[in-house]
Amino acid sequence: MSSLDIQRIREDFPILKREVNGKPLVYLDNGATTQKPKVVIDAIMNYYTDMNSNVHRGVHYLSQIATDAFEVTRRKVQDFIHAKHDYEVIITKGTTESINLLAHCYGRAFIQEGDEVIISAMEHHSNIVPWQMVCEEKGAKLQVIPMKETGELDMDAYKKLLGPKTKIVSVNYVSNALGTINPVKEIIALAHAQGVPVMLDAAQAVQHIKIDVQALDVDFLAFSGHKMYGPTGVGVLYGKEEWLNKMPPYQGGGDMIKDVTFEKTTYNELPFKFEAGTPNIEAGIALNAAIDYIEELGLDNIKAYEDELLAYATEKLSTVEGIKFIGTAKEKSSVISFVVEGTHPYDIGVILDKLGIAVRTGHHCAQPIMEQFQIPGTVRASLAVYNTKEEIDALVAGVKRATAMLV
Amino acid sequence: MTINEIQDELIDDFAFYQDWMEKYEYIIQLGKELPLIDEANKQDQYIIKGCQSKVWLFPEIKGDKLYFTADSDAVITKGLVSLMVKVLSGHTPKEIAETELYFIEQIGLKEHLSPTRANGLLAMVKQMKLYALAFQAKGV
Repeated sequence: MSSLDIQRIREDFPILKREVNGKPLVYLDNGATTQKPKVVIDAIMNYYTDMNSNVHRGVHYLSQIATDAFEVTRRKVQDFIHAKHDYEVIITKGTTESINLLAHCYGRAFIQEGDEVIISAMEHHSNIVPWQMVCEEKGAKLQVIPMKETGELDMDAYKKLLGPKTKIVSVNYVSNALGTINPVKEIIALAHAQGVPVMLDAAQAVQHIKIDVQALDVDFLAFSGHKMYGPTGVGVLYGKEEWLNKMPPYQGGGDMIKDVTFEKTTYNELPFKFEAGTPNIEAGIALNAAIDYIEELGLDNIKAYEDELLAYATEKLSTVEGIKFIGTAKEKSSVISFVVEGTHPYDIGVILDKLGIAVRTGHHCAQPIMEQFQIPGTVRASLAVYNTKEEIDALVAGVKRATAMLV
Repeated sequence: MTINEIQDELIDDFAFYQDWMEKYEYIIQLGKELPLIDEANKQDQYIIKGCQSKVWLFPEIKGDKLYFTADSDAVITKGLVSLMVKVLSGHTPKEIAETELYFIEQIGLKEHLSPTRANGLLAMVKQMKLYALAFQAKGV
């Protein structure tokens, strides 16, 4: 049993009190974005009422306190993922920008014609398309680690794909569509044995699993603030210093320069080299509050409770006639994807919405997965720490009601 | 019946259903009355883009009137397609192109016109009117 007081936690999230279509909101679309606790909302409010000012520029008081608050977040992220240096933490708009930044800059520095980039069959589009673009530009080849029927990666196939032409491996830690937790330690060790760096898309992992980038020895790690109880518009790209220093800047502009003349610009040091322009300051500052919130609850406690809830939901949903779970990996995190025989996921989503239940339907930005399973999409319930067994019961009853109407 | 008479009749029909569940059951029922597209016409060029579910829509001129057959793999979407076909099919391209569709909002299905719903109702309406305009331009 978990040690968390879930009812008390729910009190921290103002939106959970609202109704949708005349029913109490049951929010099970946390994989898309989580709700925000009051401390995060307050941090955003506080920034604008008390310290609004541009960061890294002014000598005046407000600019200094805003800069300090923003930089506190960087160090908080450093501790949170146990990075060696705070300047290895690049603040971005989110996971998508983090991966685009990496693909672009790493690609320019290291990928040549005939090289190979390895991703997996269960990636989100944002960890497919940026690499595809780089490969197309450079004449490199995108290699894909296949996935088994259970939604687990075929590790033997991965070993065979790794070779002298491989320049980088970029895979997700947890699949957004299936919930599979990938064996990232093994993935990284195998790549490193061939001298190949690894980037982990941790967008669906940081809010559920304690991450230690040094213990994992991962080279790059990307995640978003808004999927971890923080604000939208802020994310992180972690990179090992030695790699980041070898990469050219991403965008040009303010903050990323040391000296600019019309003849030549010298670039700023890490992390600013990769942070052109005014960042999303309030989101950056409020991310600090989100991490504090997670750490106060404890990621181990969160994971234990979510695992319990996932097992409960899987068991209860199994009683729905004709249900088929998509993604049945042994190691799973907080996501249940399913289809019900004779129904379209979209139809179930519409009926659930009428019952006040928010789920995601469709391909979850992972069309290749749906193609492999030969389905148009799935219904996905994704859990967060504030979800309850009562809400799972409401979901199960809702799916049964929808099925009765639709089949 | 004119297009507007059909719209008014549907508004009356829907007024009869009080709660959302009855309304959706009726929509699902309407889906079963949809004049189905010939399997041979289920080609990519007749798929309406922008739908989470698949929608096929096939236009056909008979005499001076434009008729639609369609299908969808989701039953609620199929019901919505059926509503549109009921209203617009069997009229001249000019009538279809110029008609103002007020019934969707009045029967309480406005939410389905929102782009985030991704059911493509909006795309569907646009496509039907585009076909009408195209046939009109050909002088039908």
